[in-house]
Amino acid sequence: MRRASFQRFLSSSGKRFLSQKIIPFTFEKYPNVKRNPNFKSIDSQDIAFFQSILPSPQSILQSDLDEFNIDWMYKFKGQSQLVLKPTSTIQVSQILKYCNEKNLALVPQGGNTGLVGGGVPIFDEIVLSLKNFNKIRSFDEINGILKCDPGIILQDAQEFLASKGYIFPIDLGAKGSCQIGGMVGTNAGGLRLLRYGPLHGSILGLEVVLPDGTIIDGMHSLRKDNTGYDYKQLFIGSEGTLGVVTGISVATPIKSNSVQVAFMGIKDYSSAMKLYVKAKQDLGEILSAFEFMDGQSQEFVKKYRSTTSPSITFPLEESYPYYILIETSGSNKDHDQSKMETFLETAMENELIEDGTIAQDSNEAHELWNWRELIPESCQLNGGSVYKYDISLPIRDMYSLIEETNKRLQEQSLIADSSSSPSSSSSSSSKPVIGAVGFGHMGDGNIHLNIATKQYSKEVESVLEPFVYEFVSSKNGSISAEHGIGFQKKPYLTYGRSKEEIQLNRQIKNLFDPKGIMNPYKLL
Amino acid sequence: MLRILVPIKRVLDPQLLPRINAAKKGFEFSKNDKFSINPFDDIAVEESLLLRTKYKDLIESIQVVAIGSMENNKDILRNSIAKGVDKAILVPTKESAGDDISILNECKILEKVIEKTNSNLVLMGKQDIDKDSGIKGGILGGLLNWPLASNAAKVTPSDNGKIVVERETDNGQSTVEMSLPGIITTDLRLNVPRYVSLSKLMKAKKKPIDSLEVALSDEHTDNGKIEILQVEEAIHERKCEKVKDVDELLSKLSETISSTKAAA
Repeated sequence: MRRASFQRFLSSSGKRFLSQKIIPFTFEKYPNVKRNPNFKSIDSQDIAFFQSILPSPQSILQSDLDEFNIDWMYKFKGQSQLVLKPTSTIQVSQILKYCNEKNLALVPQGGNTGLVGGGVPIFDEIVLSLKNFNKIRSFDEINGILKCDPGIILQDAQEFLASKGYIFPIDLGAKGSCQIGGMVGTNAGGLRLLRYGPLHGSILGLEVVLPDGTIIDGMHSLRKDNTGYDYKQLFIGSEGTLGVVTGISVATPIKSNSVQVAFMGIKDYSSAMKLYVKAKQDLGEILSAFEFMDGQSQEFVKKYRSTTSPSITFPLEESYPYYILIETSGSNKDHDQSKMETFLETAMENELIEDGTIAQDSNEAHELWNWRELIPESCQLNGGSVYKYDISLPIRDMYSLIEETNKRLQEQSLIADSSSSPSSSSSSSSKPVIGAVGFGHMGDGNIHLNIATKQYSKEVESVLEPFVYEFVSSKNGSISAEHGIGFQKKPYLTYGRSKEEIQLNRQIKNLFDPKGIMNPYKLL
Repeated sequence: MLRILVPIKRVLDPQLLPRINAAKKGFEFSKNDKFSINPFDDIAVEESLLLRTKYKDLIESIQVVAIGSMENNKDILRNSIAKGVDKAILVPTKESAGDDISILNECKILEKVIEKTNSNLVLMGKQDIDKDSGIKGGILGGLLNWPLASNAAKVTPSDNGKIVVERETDNGQSTVEMSLPGIITTDLRLNVPRYVSLSKLMKAKKKPIDSLEVALSDEHTDNGKIEILQVEEAIHERKCEKVKDVDELLSKLSETISSTKAAA
């Protein structure tokens, strides 16, 4: 067997778990959200106009629109009757100008991998899919500056950059589907933020189309440029409410030629915190990820993987209450290796870690990452429906959120007592909640709380909300560290932002989009 | 009682693409290239450990052996100790196995190691992913006049002191029974190797790696018989075609299949 086929044999197949459930329309689930009567409904004249600017029949879809109307979590379902797939900035500009004149509402959509219902319509908004607008425009091999269209899939960009010796500064579990434009729109964070910082720092310029059709060409490639308001920052994380990002200029870091991954078991949360401090001290300049996972989350992945790839074994011989995955990216293999080994050995001697393993080759490294990256999917398989919270908290308080949530669910008798029944049997219990797990980017103070349930229910929801948001607010955290606000978290914005802040945001929105056609019912 | 020997080799990380050197006669490596155990050898190590778990009384010893420098082979030998083999042996040579030592010479060295360790079962990878020759098992069997069960997908000791091996073949599977002493080469489906536990690796670092000098006299060597003339990168052709409907897609597919078959 050749090298290439050997790799294929080993690569895992993380396939999206398809649900057969019937998803209710969002407007039925949220009857208090009303369609804005100022928005016009689509008629045949509108279609004729769009046909005149998008000549290809594949660019205008009017049937089988579920994949555009339903979000990745199967939580929200819009009733859009029209999907437009422009392939150029000019086309986007023409579409927006027309919609603005006619009062037609729009939802810009990337890979539709968002987790807060921000990328799908609520009523009959037109879906503006950037899927086919997906070319790399240029790459500067000296400065590492990539200029591209919004619809390019992250993994494609990663592969292109790898062939040039660079990497994309952000990496996420959804890399096979999510698009760069959508990542900019949502200010996606992900796995390597610890090392390379947020997109606010990496994006050098954007080309955007404003709702009235004006094209703002800001595809700059300068690292330093103090010449006025840095308006591009407003679009990063604007969730498609200010305009459409049609071009991205991003600074990409050099690909490290020495990457190491270690996976370890921890006895308690305070050891995890001490280990994080130690990792910064010992591995400082090469540390590229410090990921936290609780024991229950790994039990879910074990169960999931035992169905998808039964021969795969867990990296450690025993189970532990918590796990940490550390990645280093450096330039000298021998130095990095000895740093990592010393770090792990002293951590073991100091009893900060119980046991661990270092990936011996890239296949093992990829496998170790799978145990972290497959947690969201595994939660979905173990439960039918997952409540997801993406929280920023001071590291000290991070895990107390998970503990408090579990305590609350137990008090309300919604979850099987975790001490008496292991996860394997809990799915057969009569309780609606299968498990509440915590994992996340500890280095960034960002934890994901996932609650796997048999189905979404008001009963469970009322126990979780607004409790989670109140808890976060009391610790001065953020109710959305990297997922955004979208539709789902809009009612809770006040838990993180003051009245004045929200008012300022509204003023900005009105300045760019006075008619409010861009992604209505979301964010503000 | 089985005295198992697992020859292991260090190869470039399977995910890395080897760089062809300027002379186009071989590969060049940088100090940052990651090396690891040949994945098929890793499966052989794992199988020896699994045999001990399942048939504790049958296994007398498990030893691994690598050929080359201590610097290059230290990691794969230590990892094997950490995983649970009894003894790790290094046959120190100036040249590194796979690059400067011919496969025949490598097998002749292994022949001597087998003799000195009094091993009666050799478990080894069915091929090394750097050279892909897949002939080491066969040559070693020839030198020793031992039976060979290649491409093993399942290994089971039987009551009569023999070993039953299920083998991967092109058309399916064949089951053979092999007497001892003998050689088994391992295929991918046999098992999934375990991870190296950090706590065991730390203990393994305190254990010695045994050095075993093996000298091949000139008359035994075959240097210069095979010369690499040229190494080239594989050319990957990708063609993209648009079809207008499912019918055209199906007819294109069947066309492609029949033309590929004809070409083969």
